[in-house]
Amino acid sequence: MKRKWSEKIGFFSLFLSGVLVLFILGVILYDIFSKGSGAISWEFLSESPRQGMTEGGIFPAILGTFLVSLITVVFAVPFGMFSAIYLHEYARPGRLTRLIRLAIRNLSGVPSIVYGLFGVVLFVQMMRFGTSILSAGLTLGLLTLPWTITACEEALKTVPKSYREGALALGATKWYTIRTNVLPYAIPGMMTGMILGLARAAGETAPILFTGAAFFLPNLPKSLFDQFMALPYHLYIMATQHHAIEKVRPLAYGTALVLLGMVLLLNISAILIRYRYRQRMKGQS
Amino acid sequence: MDGETEIGHKIVVIEKEISMKLRKGQKLKETLIEKFFLLNGILAILILLGIFSLLFIKGFPAIRELGWKTFFGSAVWNPTSYEKARYGILSLINSTLMVTLGALVIAVPLGVSCAAFISEMAPPRLREFLKPAVEILAGIPSVVVGFLGIVLVNPLISKVFGVSHGLNALNGALLLAVMSLPTIISLSEDALRAVPHTYREASLALGANRWQTLVRVLIPSGLSGIIASIMLGMGRAIGETMTVLMATGNAPALTFNFLEAIQTMTATIAIELGEVPYNTAHYYALFVIGFVLFVMTFLVNLVSDLILQKYQEVER
Repeated sequence: MKRKWSEKIGFFSLFLSGVLVLFILGVILYDIFSKGSGAISWEFLSESPRQGMTEGGIFPAILGTFLVSLITVVFAVPFGMFSAIYLHEYARPGRLTRLIRLAIRNLSGVPSIVYGLFGVVLFVQMMRFGTSILSAGLTLGLLTLPWTITACEEALKTVPKSYREGALALGATKWYTIRTNVLPYAIPGMMTGMILGLARAAGETAPILFTGAAFFLPNLPKSLFDQFMALPYHLYIMATQHHAIEKVRPLAYGTALVLLGMVLLLNISAILIRYRYRQRMKGQS
Repeated sequence: MDGETEIGHKIVVIEKEISMKLRKGQKLKETLIEKFFLLNGILAILILLGIFSLLFIKGFPAIRELGWKTFFGSAVWNPTSYEKARYGILSLINSTLMVTLGALVIAVPLGVSCAAFISEMAPPRLREFLKPAVEILAGIPSVVVGFLGIVLVNPLISKVFGVSHGLNALNGALLLAVMSLPTIISLSEDALRAVPHTYREASLALGANRWQTLVRVLIPSGLSGIIASIMLGMGRAIGETMTVLMATGNAPALTFNFLEAIQTMTATIAIELGEVPYNTAHYYALFVIGFVLFVMTFLVNLVSDLILQKYQEVER
């Protein structure tokens, strides 16, 4: 009897913890969506802040986040892909490969603020890009690189070995095999990884604090060497640094909703692509 | 006749030479391509070394000039004082450890039991729902979580504990728990799932019920993976910036009271780097903090890595 009760109580507490995790997610989403949706309007999405950021919209911040993410992707995707191709297709087990993997795992654990410090020294000061879209985008690119590599490698893993062996047996060279028989099948998987990396980069604040994000800019950025406004930084400012915090709270909620909505949309589309892709791969192998 | 065979022979030789040269060219091309990918492969090592050495180069002169004790022998962080600037980072380290441990106290039991629920108990349909939910939780930007710390958790804490405002270590710990939960859940679940089926079946066949099997067989067998997941969650909590920056009140004082405002290492860098002029003592002091932070997370990650590797060897 006692055993039975301990099982029941134990399983019930497991169930409760599962529910609690869902509850936490639910509270976060509900709060932001219910209080943020009131602020959303066409004006909010398409105009610049006015009157010391107490009125108007957040268009410059949306644009800034978009531009920075673009730089991030342009930098992180090719390097991440090439690195993954090396690790999965070329690397032989040994000390170097172990070292590379160790470096990747440790890079993904480096705090985002440390990437910020690194970006300030390397891009802003040493390379003289100044505080700019380019500096911030490259810093975020470094930050997302380990995730991109891991995601691309996972995608390469899903391509059956027989695809490679078939091409090699027919006399194709290694690169030809990879190009024609491996990459086309790995691309959808790589895409999901990139979208997830993009979502993370778009929501990061700490690395862009000193590499280019600005409090308020009267004009939209004209080149990659200009400063920019970004959604996460804008939310941070509206929530902590504004002179009339209570008054702009609805705007802060609106900004949070736009940011969260963007990130969620990217996440969900990545999950969906992966799901469909898995179904397809199941049918093939 | 003779001439013809000779010509034929010559043609064959030339053909061979051409194909040899072609193959050589191809081989060269293949090697070059491999070298190109190798270069990209070692990029990760270069970046890691780059981060380490830049932090070291920027931080070390400050340590040499001001002495170790200035940084590691004092808990007073007051770099902008007019009389005498103080760079003691002990209170900052203490703050970081406080919120991190507080977060783990909440997130470890919750995360591990949620992982056990997903892997051992949840019906398939609920599992299909829970796993993406955890992923979405992982994807919520830290600045949004920090914002909720201000607007939701802050008034809640001040009401429950009767303190004037709820921007304190407890708030930071709660938010960090939420931030590290997804890491702990998904990796612990992987660890539990990796336990061979035969263990489960043997335990059940001996008459143990599912709860006993979970507590006495599955969790001990998956323990190294679970511990590794906890370490990774811890590394994430140590390095989290925006949530603690927004929710802990940012007062660099040495305290062990969770209801007081604190200031973590990450928050200090975030607040002050934007305000200090480049290449001043204060500026370099921030790199010292960054260096310590880097070393801390590096060690945590390394330990989790070693645990995982050992565990994979045992599995094989």
